[in-house]
Amino acid sequence: MYPYIPNTPEDEKIMLDSIGLSSVDDLFDDIPEEVKLKRRLNINSPMSEMEVLNRLKALSKKNISTEDMVCFLGAGAYDHYIPSVVKYVISKPEFYTAYTPYQAEISQGTLQSVFEYQSMICSLTGMDAANASMYDVGTAAQEAGFMACEITRRKSVVVSKSVHPEVRKVLKTYMKFRQIEVVEADLKDGVTDIEKLQKIINENTAGIIVQNPNFFGIIEDFSEIENIIHRNKGLMIMSVDPISLGILKTPGEWGADIAIGDGQSLGNSLNFGGPHLGFMATKSKFMRKLPGRIVGQTEDKDGKRAFVLTLQAREQHIRREKASSNICSNEQLNALAATVYMTAMGKEGLREVALQCISKSHYALKKIIDTGKFQLLFDKPFFMEFCLKSKYDGTKINEELLKKNIIGGYELEREYPEYKNSVLLCVTEKRTKDEIDILADALEGIK
Amino acid sequence: MKEYNKLIFEISRKGRKGYSLPENDVPHLKADDIIPENLLSKNEINLPEVSEVDIVRHYTQLGNKNYGVDTGFYPLGSCTMKYNPKVNEEVAALSGFTNIHPYENEEKVQGALELMYDLSKKLAEIGGMEEVTLQPAAGAHGEVTGLMIIKSYHEYRNDYKRRNIIIPDSAHGTNPASAATVGFNVIQVESNSEGRIDIAKLKEVINDETAGLMLTNPNTLGLFEDDILEISRLIHESGGLLYYDGANMNAVMGMARPGDMGFDVVHFNLHKTFSTPHGGGGPGSGPVGVKKDLVKFLPVPIIEKKNNKYRLDYNRPESIGKVKCFYGNFGVMVRAYAYILSMGGEGLKQASKMAVLNSNYIKSKLKGYYNIPFDHLCKHEFVLGGLKNGNGVTTLDVAKRLLDYGYHPPTIYFPLIVKESIMIEPTETESKETLDEFIDAMIEIANEAEKDPEILKNAPYNTIIKRVDEVKAARRPIVKGI
Repeated sequence: MYPYIPNTPEDEKIMLDSIGLSSVDDLFDDIPEEVKLKRRLNINSPMSEMEVLNRLKALSKKNISTEDMVCFLGAGAYDHYIPSVVKYVISKPEFYTAYTPYQAEISQGTLQSVFEYQSMICSLTGMDAANASMYDVGTAAQEAGFMACEITRRKSVVVSKSVHPEVRKVLKTYMKFRQIEVVEADLKDGVTDIEKLQKIINENTAGIIVQNPNFFGIIEDFSEIENIIHRNKGLMIMSVDPISLGILKTPGEWGADIAIGDGQSLGNSLNFGGPHLGFMATKSKFMRKLPGRIVGQTEDKDGKRAFVLTLQAREQHIRREKASSNICSNEQLNALAATVYMTAMGKEGLREVALQCISKSHYALKKIIDTGKFQLLFDKPFFMEFCLKSKYDGTKINEELLKKNIIGGYELEREYPEYKNSVLLCVTEKRTKDEIDILADALEGIK
Repeated sequence: MKEYNKLIFEISRKGRKGYSLPENDVPHLKADDIIPENLLSKNEINLPEVSEVDIVRHYTQLGNKNYGVDTGFYPLGSCTMKYNPKVNEEVAALSGFTNIHPYENEEKVQGALELMYDLSKKLAEIGGMEEVTLQPAAGAHGEVTGLMIIKSYHEYRNDYKRRNIIIPDSAHGTNPASAATVGFNVIQVESNSEGRIDIAKLKEVINDETAGLMLTNPNTLGLFEDDILEISRLIHESGGLLYYDGANMNAVMGMARPGDMGFDVVHFNLHKTFSTPHGGGGPGSGPVGVKKDLVKFLPVPIIEKKNNKYRLDYNRPESIGKVKCFYGNFGVMVRAYAYILSMGGEGLKQASKMAVLNSNYIKSKLKGYYNIPFDHLCKHEFVLGGLKNGNGVTTLDVAKRLLDYGYHPPTIYFPLIVKESIMIEPTETESKETLDEFIDAMIEIANEAEKDPEILKNAPYNTIIKRVDEVKAARRPIVKGI
């Protein structure tokens, strides 16, 4: 007997009688003999709960977590504080053991929470309509790219090299199979080079994807980019860090047409890179071009306010090959975590987190520069991440930091060969003055 | 209980707080100290201001308006709503899994890499595949990945004319949508009167432009495609490849493997077959397995094991590239891995056997009351074609009435090829008593339809809201509350 399979041999017999068969194997008579597996699966034998726990605990202990060491690593996945109430809510079985809310009458919990999520994402980004979530920022960027091509009837997407390298990789993978050109815009001093951008954006450009703060942590000025792309009747797609929107100008304020981003920072654990969630929002006029699920407000037949999946005519289960996207399951539980996080923090909390990130990252930079061994790679305003250059190789720096129980920065050379001996450090609100001082000391001690 | 019908924004009060942060212990900066004014927002974000108690009560009230597998029977066909074991949640919450950064030094995340490596090997064995990538985040994402691999395979051989993917008319909507996402033409092939692929019609559409065929087996009617070897031969002889939509894998684990049926590419749904929770619509995980010739096209990175060390291998020049940031939905993988360890090979086989037994049992009991368009052995699910004596009662009415009886209704109006379809998938985690009670409810509803169809047309009665006005929602969409 297995704990998740309740049928007893007696049950089996009664059920087989009712079906009119004598053995369970008879139920598989429709599978041709040549196809049947005539041996046991060559995987493990069943394990008891205790054994499973022990095996997984042993595996988890082979990892160094951000609780074991102090984390100054960011680069698209961030070690922010997660209030207990977030984990409490997403652990409620009524949320995590349900599926897509197709039956509105018994899914108002999920539907209303998605409606609240959409509302908050719109408020954060300054947009009119958000979907229920995407897999992550990479696939959100790809969907936004498709959307721009569909709206403009063009087949070329420009992306700044200051956009996260993994996002650009996902984008390129998808676009190449649809013969959509991806043009990467060069950088100057860590931000999109406007002069060069003028030359690559033209009447064939469906849209441009930019990021704020960009991959190097820099807050870019998008006024010129917005001018150029809209003059050419293309769409402006902005990938943003939701935490920064407690302070920074929103995609809506910049004049963006589509806002995307990774919602991991909003109450989701690092999880070795997933599950996170991608968010996506746009202006009213493009709402019917959005991919994925959207929840709308309506009434039941007694006139009571109710929520329901809406504009489903865009989706794969109705439109099949003509759908705006193939997405079905998204990252609903992560979106719920984001909703509860935004609720718990509120406008004050989100702003306070953003300000602490700014204060602490700038304090860290000052301490590190004071060592005399490091310089700022780009002298530009930044949010919570900054790039250091030095005479030391990034790998060596990180190895030395590990000896002091510090998870060091992202080595830029991995994706930007032109920036040798450079690391991208991240200082969130979780870091204390003491931890930052230890980081600075450790960096000073590198020989 | 008192009815609760408020948005979180409607209980917001200025000045209330639901969080606490430590005092900033470094010199305090104001945003405009270091950031030029033109880069700062002029507007205030409109987020709720509530206390922690408000949050807990609000979302507890919302949770109470939901129905999950933990609430009761959830026979939603095609979705494999099996029970989500609690030990899986416990291990997935271990700090050594949740608090690790994707860019940490590989030496410091050996446990995570080992888990992923081991899981991919187990899935490869279950599916009869050579190698498996864990990167895709959901079933549809796996489909896209697999189709990209198929396209790359043809193009690698300089065979650029293969633009068509053949898909049966009974297929999941994601199949044609995924094919279109990857830039393929979709060629639909009709099912025969037995609910299976019509071989004669299939032959008509196979040609040198065929890139591949996408198939679930058992198909969405719950029927095993018993001509699978012939289908495989026809597709392969034409130069095409065979794609297995793993949504229905729960029917055949340990009994028959897609690889042995002739499939070249397979996606798995960890959130269906391997018991990870559906989360209200994700996160899922859609690993993709491939046969030997296709391994070189898998997304990067692939986890390699050498001298008992695990590392991420990006050096795969023919790879399709990346389909997701980082390495996939790791947290979901942890749960699926724990499930496979608990069940073992024999347990997975037993799960499939019982899933199929449960499904055939319900079908045998409902035969007298509902139309059975294809009365063969079914696998883990089956499809009814509405009430026998409908009396004007539709499948939608039946589904809504089931809500009053305390059940999550089956999938309805899918597959599209069956009129008034009701697709029932009980899974192996339900007891005979649960099935019997559900059967009784279905029969009672059939009786109601005969005696007093109006009861059903106005159902549900016991839910917190009644039928909703979907037309109104779509005509002038209200998609935000602030």
